[in-house]
Amino acid sequence: MSTRALINVPKKAKRGEVIEIKTLISHAMETGFRHGTNGQGIPRDIITSFSCKYNGEEIFATQLFPAIAANPFVTFYTVATESGTLAFTWEGDNGFAVTEEAKIVVE
Amino acid sequence: MRKKEKSMARLKLTRRQALLAAGAAALAPKPAGAQAPGQMQAAIRAALGDAKINKGKVNLDLPPLVENGNTVAMTVTVESPMTKENFVKAIHVFTEKNPQPNVIRVKLGPRAGKAEISTRVRLADTQKVIAIAEMSDGTFWSDTQDVVVTLASCLEDLVP
Repeated sequence: MSTRALINVPKKAKRGEVIEIKTLISHAMETGFRHGTNGQGIPRDIITSFSCKYNGEEIFATQLFPAIAANPFVTFYTVATESGTLAFTWEGDNGFAVTEEAKIVVE
Repeated sequence: MRKKEKSMARLKLTRRQALLAAGAAALAPKPAGAQAPGQMQAAIRAALGDAKINKGKVNLDLPPLVENGNTVAMTVTVESPMTKENFVKAIHVFTEKNPQPNVIRVKLGPRAGKAEISTRVRLADTQKVIAIAEMSDGTFWSDTQDVVVTLASCLEDLVP
């Protein structure tokens, strides 16, 4: 399964500016409450956690449940403090783990 | 002869009852995995403890009428200056009738700058959704929304 993550972080920001970060990752988010064609329950397969680190410091963390729609889309805000890297990590059932990075220049 | 008629009548009655019951079941389908009443309250208490939950400061934005419960855009905004002394520590969202009451739990800090998050959720039924914010001073604030869902999510099975 190929996993695609989309991250929208402004390339440039003024120091102290509040910036919006949008993230989207492709994942079925199988709830574990559905049944397949053979009547058997389909086991749960979801992303359970998502977090963002700004130059190594955690600035945002969430715990996701089956009630999050497929292809989890999360938008949040942070203060642009310094130039550097934002690292996004998704973790889930069956050893799912994806990390993506985005660069930001703060003037 | 009479006895036979009686038994026929009984049979008819039971058949009618059976049909009525089937009709009622078809009209008001209850999702098999729906949560028991009070489960949302239990989940809220498990996540937040015994703290008093006040109304206000939080704005839960959900469409009042949802056509497709599979993806519902949800935004939670909390009134807070987001300074080092006074910020939102966490946001919790719960539903009343999804198979599992928890929806999302978000950890925030003063570095967020703005206490607002958006995501897309699943809603299994017409129900109440509650968003609760935990402040740095230990108080809890909430907002509740009633949502009407026409096409439910979570429980639909795969069609061959």
